[in-house]
Amino acid sequence: MMITDVTQLMPIIVGLPLAGAALIRLAGEARPNLREAFTLLTAVAVFAALAPLTQAVLSGARPEYVLAEWLPGASLAFRLEPLGLLFALVASFLWIVTSIYSIGYMRGHNEQNQTRFYVCFALAIAFAMGVAFAANLLTLFLFYELLTVSTYLLVTHAGTEKAKCGGRVYLGMLLGTSICFLLLAILWTWSLTGTLEFTPGGILEGAASTTALSALLLLFFFGVGKAALMPFHGWLPAAMVAPTPVSALLHAVAVVKAGVFTLMKIAVYIFGADLLHALPATDVLLWVAATTVLLSSLIAMTKDNLKARLAYSTVSQLAYVTLGALLATSAGVVGGSMHIAMHAFGKITLFFCAGAVLVAAHKSEVSDMRGLGKALPLTMGAFFIGSLSIIGLPFAGGAWSKWYLALATLEAGHLALLAVLMVSSMLSAGYLLVIPVRAFFSPRATDAEPVHGAPLACSLAIAVTALGCVALFFFPGPLLQLTSMIGR
Amino acid sequence: MLAANLPILPVIVPLLGAPLALLLQRSSLSWLAAMVAALAAFSASVLLLMQVSAEGAQSYALGGWAPPWGIEFRLDTVNSFVLLIVSAMACVVLLFAPQSVAREIPRQSHALFYTAFLLCLAGLLGMAATGDAFNLFVFLEISSLSSYVLIALGRDRRALTASFQYLIMGTIGATLILIGVGLLYVMTGTLNMADLAERLPAVMDKRTVHSAFGFLIVGLSLKLALFPLHLWLPNAYAFAPSAVSAFLAATATKVAIYALLRFAFTVFGVEFAFEEMALQWALLALSIVAILYGSVAAIYQTNIKHLLAYSSIAQVGYIMLGVSLISQTGLTAGIVHLFNHALMKGGLFLALGCIIYRCGGARISDFHGIGKTMPWTMAAIVVGGLGLIGAPPTVGLISKWYLVLAALEQGWWWLAVFVLAASLLAVAYVWKLVDAAYLHDPDPDTKAREAPLTLLLPTWALIGASLYFGVDIDLTIGVASQAAAQLLGGAP
Repeated sequence: MMITDVTQLMPIIVGLPLAGAALIRLAGEARPNLREAFTLLTAVAVFAALAPLTQAVLSGARPEYVLAEWLPGASLAFRLEPLGLLFALVASFLWIVTSIYSIGYMRGHNEQNQTRFYVCFALAIAFAMGVAFAANLLTLFLFYELLTVSTYLLVTHAGTEKAKCGGRVYLGMLLGTSICFLLLAILWTWSLTGTLEFTPGGILEGAASTTALSALLLLFFFGVGKAALMPFHGWLPAAMVAPTPVSALLHAVAVVKAGVFTLMKIAVYIFGADLLHALPATDVLLWVAATTVLLSSLIAMTKDNLKARLAYSTVSQLAYVTLGALLATSAGVVGGSMHIAMHAFGKITLFFCAGAVLVAAHKSEVSDMRGLGKALPLTMGAFFIGSLSIIGLPFAGGAWSKWYLALATLEAGHLALLAVLMVSSMLSAGYLLVIPVRAFFSPRATDAEPVHGAPLACSLAIAVTALGCVALFFFPGPLLQLTSMIGR
Repeated sequence: MLAANLPILPVIVPLLGAPLALLLQRSSLSWLAAMVAALAAFSASVLLLMQVSAEGAQSYALGGWAPPWGIEFRLDTVNSFVLLIVSAMACVVLLFAPQSVAREIPRQSHALFYTAFLLCLAGLLGMAATGDAFNLFVFLEISSLSSYVLIALGRDRRALTASFQYLIMGTIGATLILIGVGLLYVMTGTLNMADLAERLPAVMDKRTVHSAFGFLIVGLSLKLALFPLHLWLPNAYAFAPSAVSAFLAATATKVAIYALLRFAFTVFGVEFAFEEMALQWALLALSIVAILYGSVAAIYQTNIKHLLAYSSIAQVGYIMLGVSLISQTGLTAGIVHLFNHALMKGGLFLALGCIIYRCGGARISDFHGIGKTMPWTMAAIVVGGLGLIGAPPTVGLISKWYLVLAALEQGWWWLAVFVLAASLLAVAYVWKLVDAAYLHDPDPDTKAREAPLTLLLPTWALIGASLYFGVDIDLTIGVASQAAAQLLGGAP
């Protein structure tokens, strides 16, 4: 009885933000307080509804819910397993925080079309939940595409020529890769095996020649454009024209993590570790990922615009997760999956801070942020903590995931990869830490305008995520328990 | 009595309703007559499809004259599915029609409009139902002549030239078909399709039969607007009244495609048509060009009716591409796309009708800010557009899914990649609309607001169906694969 109740929760969790979107639309521009109340309520409800599911999954259950029969072996269905749960928990928790932040940011910044913003946001979260729960590639593909479409209006929110141009790159690249490569790969898998279910150990073993499976692996990994593997990373910097809360939750957490989450699912549940180790394409992709890690770190160093710098940092960090998935050792899977959560907390903190600086001091360029530490101590302090987490230094959560990823490269005997990871971490220290250090220890320009404090709602959100980074360092236990269950 | 005459009902009711609609004269009364006739035709089609899938093909001798001497109506899964599509579309479009027609057509022509509409419907249904080659030509002419009238009723004066252009091209097409049928009669002495299929193999190697095949295929390709015989289509769709655009886009080309399938597969046989006459390669090449040309041309249109019309040319290409693969999966993809495309394109043209009703035109500039002023209409266009792209969870994905699978089955990698890559062209033209609607502010003095429910509901009925059948595919794929099996099996 208990289990059936839990199962029903999955469609409810996907449905809640959809209903929330309708309520937000009804409240409209005329009643902004009611509208924001709906947003917060839905966010909290979604997170709360995940609690019983968490319990069930930790106790070994894999709740399943079939929405509709489609083709045999490819129904529209949900099945929750540890990786999906991790993604859902991270995304829904950070949605609550981001909602609080958005209220401060959107009002402080006097943005247009706020209702549309909140509606699209809620839709995006619903579809991200669908991605997390998907029981097979088809369901995943459905929600993956819906996520792309629903975020388009958020990217182009400003409505300027630049925003539209960014939106075009965003949509073109994401839809292009997913339709041309991912859908083809899914159809190919279907014609080879007749099933698309995520199965522990994979479904493709022995289904075709090594060459064919190698090609399939390449199609999958380049087809998931949201994972921003080079050369299909251009959409992510382009998406930075969006309002900061969008960049924070969607382009540091929900959308990009949906990408690497998909890759992880494909690696673990479609190919399986043994097959991945046997394919020559895995090595090729490992080097593509390593190149992405290094190159985007290098590009990040050259960017003066803070959001652009953070975007390239994200591209680099996503490739870490991809590496973890490709290594396919237990440490690789644990490290990669943990990094989904760790990077989410770290990067969302950084984006929140970037937005707070923009609202409070109207600065978006790194070079203009000298000496801001005195006026914005909390913001810059949090930026420091977030940077630590991204670099992988104690006392922030990122240390653990990088630790496991480094272990995985050693296990697999890829010393060169280890070197790449280390060098990139040093680079990220260079381009991230410089910002809080200069903020606190450099004098401000003498003719600078006075700075107001960041809005209260923003500061609150920043404090929560920064504390989260630290807490994840001291209490990684539950996360470790969850990630070590993946693929079992 | 009714049950015994079921196969003729979908055709005879609209045919009798047409003069009634004319006699009634009053706009609302003739609409009522048309609506009742269309509903009756639809109900009969549903019953027929159920009967055919339960009991197999049905034969009906017109006037009691036994085939092959008399005219025979012969219904199997393929054409009862087409009957269902056409009559369902007619019902939805008629629901939409009264308000749209009141706005776009002068009052004294209303009765004429409904009369022509019913004649067109009867012609299309007759083409689908008949088992007689000459009778098919007759119904084709009935539907064509009445559609020339319907298009000419458009309020833009260019509707007259568009209609005239279609008249010329359509008449050439019909003439070719007639010549083809005549040549077949000369060689076999029969006009009944089943009888033709039996007698043709004896004379297959004759030059006359080869030319009959050529005349028929070219004539039908003209009617179904296969590239490069599509020239009549963009203007005909663009300048016709909204309801007519929706109806013709959803049905006319579909019935012509059915007729082509019937002749190629049933009358001539797969082996002769596709291998000996190499129709397969011709169709394959032409449909690929059609997809490319139609999609690219659509991107550059500023009149959105033109845009959708060019998109139709591309979508016909997808259907014919599925057919040209000559496999169970390929044919299923083609036939299911007949249905799916009817839903999507019908819904999109109706949504355009809503916009024309409120804004007076369908140029890209009329779309500015529609996302705010007409949210439901625009949402329908987005969903329909996603269908054209082939994105989930719309019917478009289903069609694409089977089409790519069929290409993979043949081992044609390049084709699978092409089909998917071509979807990106659809992204380009659909996103043009989204851009205009959501990212431009409405004209400050615009009076546009959400379309009335009477227009919105039929639009959403089709768009909603395109979502529903994107998830619940048992019905459509079941019928389409049964139809494909019958066509490949050869027997009518």
